[in-house]
Amino acid sequence: MSSTYDQIANIIAETCDIPRDTIKPESHAIDDLGIDSLDFLDIAFAIDKAFGIKMPLEKWTQEVNDGKATTEQYFVLKNLADRIDELVAAKNASAGTSTGS
Amino acid sequence: MDLDYFKLIDRIVDLNLDAKTITVEAQVPTAHTIFEGHFPGFPIMPGVLLTESMAQSSGWLLLGLLKFERMPFLAIVKEAKMRGFVSPGQLLTIDAKLEHEGSGFAVTKVKGRVGKELKCSAELTFGLSPFPDPAFRVHMDAMAEKIGFPLHAMPHG
Repeated sequence: MSSTYDQIANIIAETCDIPRDTIKPESHAIDDLGIDSLDFLDIAFAIDKAFGIKMPLEKWTQEVNDGKATTEQYFVLKNLADRIDELVAAKNASAGTSTGS
Repeated sequence: MDLDYFKLIDRIVDLNLDAKTITVEAQVPTAHTIFEGHFPGFPIMPGVLLTESMAQSSGWLLLGLLKFERMPFLAIVKEAKMRGFVSPGQLLTIDAKLEHEGSGFAVTKVKGRVGKELKCSAELTFGLSPFPDPAFRVHMDAMAEKIGFPLHAMPHG
């Protein structure tokens, strides 16, 4: 499993006081782990800091509300890890472009 | 500091949108019924009011950074430390700094001092929402003017 997933799982365990061994790649943060919006703010802060990104939570929420995406795409942890990897890759590509490398 | 109306900040001393910092002053009143109960014979500012003072200081910083387009609402209080007593009549100086701006939320670190003595500190998280009512926004504009919010320093956009 990717180290991104492990980092996310560790953050969730620590932030929400959820036993680490109950958190699985297939876990849905809301439906399975019972994480509410306030706890998710805390998790988003920790993830933003750990990966140097800004998770677009408002955009994701809007997409779900508009029926353009499902919560599973963003809140099942293995999928969340993929989204974070994409954000990190985009940030690195942007940094490479801005420095001309 | 108008405790009856929960308006705890009197004056913005400095707002630096580039550094994402604010310094405000809050004059603790010499007398108030709160001090009669907290505590009889030993009046001190309640920790929750010091925390609220730090939150309101952060709120003005965030309003500036957000160009008054969204309202910060206090969501999470972390590492709140009441490091010393704050007494009636003392002038509280509060410094807040943006720690992180996320998607729909922001985190600040705040310190309150009397003179050079650190009295309180906290890490605060705010949810950022559109103003729920136009009258609320008008009220915040009026408050901004009253406490000397440097509207001229706001970026135009």
